[in-house]
Formats: sequence, structure tokens, C-alpha cells
Amino acid sequence: MPKPKVGLYWCASCGGCEEAVVDLAEKILDVVAAVDIVFWPVALDFKKEDVEALSDGEMTAAFINGAVRLSEQEEMVHLLRRKAQYVIAFGSCAHLGGIPGLANLTDRQSIFQYAYRDAPTVVPDDGIVPRQQVTVPQGDLKLPEFWERVRALDQVIDVDYYLPGCPPTPTVIANALTALLEGKLPEKGAVLAGTRALCYECDRAATKPEKGCTLSEIKRPWEIIADPEKCLLAQGILCLGPVTRGGCDAVCVKGNMPCTGCFGPLDRVRDFGAKGLSAIASLLDSNDEAEIERLVNSIPDVAGVLYRYSLPASVLFKSAQTKGDAP
Amino acid sequence: MTKVTIDPITRLEGHGRIEIFLNDAGDVDRAYFVVPELRGFEKFAVGRRAEDMPQITSRICGVCPTAHHMCSTKTLDDLFHVEPPPAAKKLREMLYNIFMLEDHALHFYFLGGPDFIVGPKAPKAERNILGVIGKVGVDVAGQVIAMRKELRELIAYLGGKVVHPVFGLPGGVAKGIKKEDQERFVKAAEQGVDFALFTLKAFHDLVLSNKEYVDLILSDAYTHRTYYMGLVDDQNRVNFYDGMLRVADPNGKEYARFDVRDYVQHMAEHVEPWTYVKFMFLRNVGWNGFEDGEGSGIYSVAPLARLNAADGMATPKAQEAYEEYVSTLGGKPVHQTLANHWARIVEMVYAAERFLELARDPEITSDDIRRVPTETPTTGIGVVEAPRGTLVHHYETDERGVLTRANLIVATQGNSARMAMSVDKAAKALIHNGNVDDGLLNMVEMAFRAYDPCHACATHALPGQMPLLLSLRDSKGNILKEIPRGG
Repeated sequence: MPKPKVGLYWCASCGGCEEAVVDLAEKILDVVAAVDIVFWPVALDFKKEDVEALSDGEMTAAFINGAVRLSEQEEMVHLLRRKAQYVIAFGSCAHLGGIPGLANLTDRQSIFQYAYRDAPTVVPDDGIVPRQQVTVPQGDLKLPEFWERVRALDQVIDVDYYLPGCPPTPTVIANALTALLEGKLPEKGAVLAGTRALCYECDRAATKPEKGCTLSEIKRPWEIIADPEKCLLAQGILCLGPVTRGGCDAVCVKGNMPCTGCFGPLDRVRDFGAKGLSAIASLLDSNDEAEIERLVNSIPDVAGVLYRYSLPASVLFKSAQTKGDAP
Repeated sequence: MTKVTIDPITRLEGHGRIEIFLNDAGDVDRAYFVVPELRGFEKFAVGRRAEDMPQITSRICGVCPTAHHMCSTKTLDDLFHVEPPPAAKKLREMLYNIFMLEDHALHFYFLGGPDFIVGPKAPKAERNILGVIGKVGVDVAGQVIAMRKELRELIAYLGGKVVHPVFGLPGGVAKGIKKEDQERFVKAAEQGVDFALFTLKAFHDLVLSNKEYVDLILSDAYTHRTYYMGLVDDQNRVNFYDGMLRVADPNGKEYARFDVRDYVQHMAEHVEPWTYVKFMFLRNVGWNGFEDGEGSGIYSVAPLARLNAADGMATPKAQEAYEEYVSTLGGKPVHQTLANHWARIVEMVYAAERFLELARDPEITSDDIRRVPTETPTTGIGVVEAPRGTLVHHYETDERGVLTRANLIVATQGNSARMAMSVDKAAKALIHNGNVDDGLLNMVEMAFRAYDPCHACATHALPGQMPLLLSLRDSKGNILKEIPRGG
């Protein structure tokens, strides 16, 4: 029987998801033995034309990481969708929009103005800027269009499964591959990681106060030297472990820093940031309005903290984003 | 004109496309290195908390997250006016050298190396890590994989995550090393030195002993005379973590030596309409097009450039390897682009030796690893040598430490002009009479691959509905009015 064909592609991403695949280390040899990788630009020399030459559905699975930012990425994910039986959104950016999705907090005009005019190192040369269509002496060159906003993969194409994390850990990846190869995938639309909150797999869980944490001060990570054994939330550091899907083995907390939520929300939670905000509100140790305001104000940039990986997927931001928008 | 397109270019980080225009005789008129990617980090960094920047900017690149993370952390020291304790500095530099060692190894074995180990014109299905494994054997490949795994586990020990670590804070680091674990670091460092020397030997056996490859390295098709930039210590030796920026001119003479806080006076960015990447040049020489030589402000960064900008290496075996490299290639500066692969291995030796020095340092297990900032943040500028070259972060904040402005000069940008020239020159030298095949096109790709470019990094900054600025000019070309599209 021929080996299943698999493709990996990156959109608006950083390459960390590709590194996470390489971090399968010796297991990658097993993967290579079990599947036929037909497209993976970071590591293999197959080109777009090789993908186009496949028949529709010939690939068993396409693992796509990165958010969708440019017309070229949109075109590629449609192509991969056609060629693959399963599309797996790989990592935070494809899953929820990821950190590049924070660009949805700003507008393209001010981005434009800064990068080409105002950045201290830019020397504007008679207003030359990149253009989608440029005529050079030898002919025409094209650049993809930069859409108005960043989108998660399922806002562009149909997605079968999600691998969360920035990036997904090698264990999460290996489990998903095994499920795929053994035909033991859960129902369509599932997020292939833990089903309980991160706190359940945190080494410091035992030091979390029995009646739950309360916050009378919210400390920024640089303001205190954190006890490396004790629950960070109990020390006043905002850790998003209680509202974040488990599966990463609490690696950031092992580095003595708080969880920032890259595995996204638990099942049945539609909006990660809203859930996080409600969790914080319930922790605040005060009924005094002025005191509550002081505590909330001690978290500058609530949007950037709570929607760091999920802004494009947020229900709250969706209406604002779609106004006057190209795709 | 006929256009030949390579899309996507492969075995690099990020996206790219090469467009080659052939004239009627089938020779190359010009090849363009197009980077069709951008995201917008500098703008969406504004409004974020400063302490989040080491983690946010690490998402510029997941292949060199540690470079952005470290540069950002050093920028926070400057921003909060806080000096980390000595042990914290040592921990940072040690982690950084572990990262340089494994990242350079990734390039040699996975990305660039297959062109030499398997061959530039080998079938494309074999010209990759799988072909490398076939060539060097599963045992050797297993050792390479095991070494990288151990190095990356040590990064995870300190930084939590290996991709996107959470190690750095203003004034120090979040986690140190337990005394009982120091031996593991020392052992890994000893193995790291052996591994780097083994890689150097492999380069000798597989590349330098092959006349065809040596001729390729020395050929004019892959040679440019530009300026070179890199960080150096107080004796002008290569340093990845800290020091002064030094620039050598195309004759090898020191052109400039400056503190990163003065980077704006020396480094500038040029924009072209056909690619999203910006091109770095030396402000004091000026932008004069895609040209070689003293009159052109184009400079280069990364291993070849660092070894040209410095006078030597700070550790003994690396110095030995450096001397051999320089003398074999006919003295400094080394202008041959493909020599980047060799320079990268010289740097692997240095990274491993420096890792070992720091792992053995008794202070490395100290508990004194953080100073809590007490001053009001203002402006911070930091620098490291990323695997792919000089990396600068610059933040300004309000009194709460919330960003009001950011500027990032990312490593691959430092090579973007020279890379565009390299692709053009290689295409012109290799393609004649319309004869284009996969092997030749791969050899054009080798011209950029030597730089180990990261276009995910290089296009962090560029923006919005790009293209679109309409300029109305008078007959002398002066701009009368500009109408940006969008917004």
C-alpha cells in the first residue's frame, strides 16, 4: 500500500511550528518512514507546481501553520484544501490568529506610515514603496496583496482539526500524527490536545490556595522575584493557567514565568479573552469600586494580555474588524 | 523577455520567490529576489507592556526566537536602567551560545548542507535532510539529532519553552541552574565541542576535499566586495552576546566602531517597489544601488561578515579554525559568499567552547540572578549577533513601561541587498542560451541559502495595504503631493 501523502505549509508565521516538527527529534525518522512528505518548503525542495500536479484529495493531510495575512497565503491554503482530505490548523496562528493577529488592534494606514516614513532608520527615497504590480525594465513583477486584517485559518477555508499552541509541543504533534495514521481521529472540529485547564498539569498546583486564589495586588512579572515553587497566581502574578487548555505540560511555568494562554480556550468557551477577563474579575479581592478600578488599571494593555494569541478569532472584536474591510 | 520563476524558494526560513528574466539569446538580463511576506510587528508592539516584548518579538522568528528574546531582554535592561547581576549575564550568554551552536547545526545539516553533502544537482527529492541521512548514515544522523535534542532540552531547562523561551526579564533572568544539574551542562558542552569539531572535519572531508566544490566556493559567480558588520569584544574578537559594532570596508580596514545606542547614525533602510523586504545600508556611505565596492553603502552580516569584521576568535580551537579558514581562502576579507558555510562552522566551534567555559564557571549556579528595576523606563536599545547577523531592538515607553514606539533592525535585512545581488550574479553566471534545469535553478538558490536567510524575520516590520502611495511630481521629479491608499 502506498504511504499516505502529507504536506506542511506556513502562512503568516514565524517558523516555530516548523521547528516544533524538527523537535520530534528521533521520532521524525518514524514519521518519514510512515508518510510521504510531498511539500514542506522549509526542508524540502518541492515547489508549488508539484502541489498543483497532485490530484484533488491525493494528500491525506495538510498541516498548515500561520495566520492568513496575504493574498498569496489565501491562494495557497485554498490549493492545499483541494488537495488534502484533512486540513489541520497547526499552532496558535492558524488556530486563533496568533501573535501576528495583534495587528488587528491597529490600522493599516498607521502601519504604513510608520514603516515607510517614520521609522528612524528609513530613508524615504522619493516615496518609493513596494507595490502589488511593478514594471521593471525587464517586465512585470507582482507582490501579494496585504489584506486589511489577519484571519485564523478557519475564517478562510474549512478546517478539520486544530493543533493548539505557540507552537504545539512535540508530544501534542506526535499524538495527532499517531491518531491520523491509526485512523483514530475524533469528530471533526476537535482541538487535539488536553480537555482540562492547564492548572491540572502544573507542578505547582498543590500550592494553589484550597479555596482558590484571590488577588489584592496584581504584580507584573518584572516587579517581583517569583518563588520558583509556588503557584504564580497566588503570588499575584497573572497566570492564565485556569482558563487555558492543557497539553503543553506547563512549560512556561517550569521556566518560572506565567502561562500566557497560547493553547487557547477550553471546549465550549467561545472567546478566550472574555473568559479570562471574567476569571480575573472573580479573583479580585475587593467590593470597592475605586479599589477594583485600581487593580484593573494595574494591568496595562488588557487586550494585548488576554487576546495575545486569539484576537482574530475573538467574538468581541469581530464586528469592529469587519467594518469597511476587504477580506 | 522570458521569465523563469522559482516559487517558493526552499530550505530557508520564511517566504521567497526568484524571478529570472532571460533575454532573446536566453541569457539572464536580471534576476530579482522577491520577498512576498510581511506582518507588522513594530506597529502592533505599540501599546504592549515592555516585559511582554521578549516573548512577542520571539514570534518574529521561531527558528531564532532566542536571538529576538535575548536582544529584547537586553533592550529592557537599558529601558529600565537596570544592570543584571554577573550570574544572570553569564546565564544569558551561556544560553545564547547553546542556541547559536544548535541553530548553526540546523543550517549545516538540514538547510544549506544538503547542497554539498548530497550535491547541488542531486534530484530534488534527495537534496534535503533525508538525503543527508542516506549519505552520512543513520548512526551519524542519529548523533546529530541527539546532540540538537540535548542542546534544545538545556534551553528548555532554563527558558521553559525552547521555541519562544520565557527566560529574560529586565535586570536578569527568571530561572537559574541548580548545582546538581551543572554537570549536565558541562557534559553537553564537552560533547558540543566534539560535535562542532566533528562538523568541521565533515566539512573538510565532504566539501574542501572536493575540487568541484572548492572551485564553486571560489568562483566569481558567488563573490561580492561589500562592507561587513559584526559585534566584537574589547580585543575586536567575535562576540555573539555583547560588545561594540564594528564595520570593515571591502579592503578589510576598520570603517567604523560604535555603540549600538548610536545605530541610527550608522544604519539606514532603503525601500524598493518590487519586494516587501527593506534593504540595509551604511548611512554615511549612502545608498547607491545594488553595487559592490567602497562607493556602495551595502554591507553584509552573519558568519562571513562577522569573521571579516573581527580580528579573530576568543577561544583556542575556534581561533585555530579561523586561521586555517582565512589562510586557505587567501586572507581577509573573505568575499566568497559560499564561505559562509565554513565560517558558520568556525562559529559553531566558538559557541561550543564559550558554552563550556561558562558551564564550568562556579558562578553559573548562583541564586543571585535578578535585580528588580526601580527606575522609570524611558528608551532602550539593545543588540545581539543573531545566527543570521546583527540584530537591534529599540523601544520607547511611557512611565508605566507601555510601548509608545519600536524599531527593529533584523538580521536578514542586513544581508538583503547583498543577497539580491548574489541571486542576480549567480543566475547570470549559470544560465546561458536558455538552458535552465532544476539543478541550475538550485544553484541559483544556493546563492541566497549561504546566508541562511530568515524572511520571517526580515519582513517583521512591513506594513499595510502596501503598495500604495501615489506620488504626483513636477517635471524635475520633485514630489508635489502624495496620496496613500487605504486607511
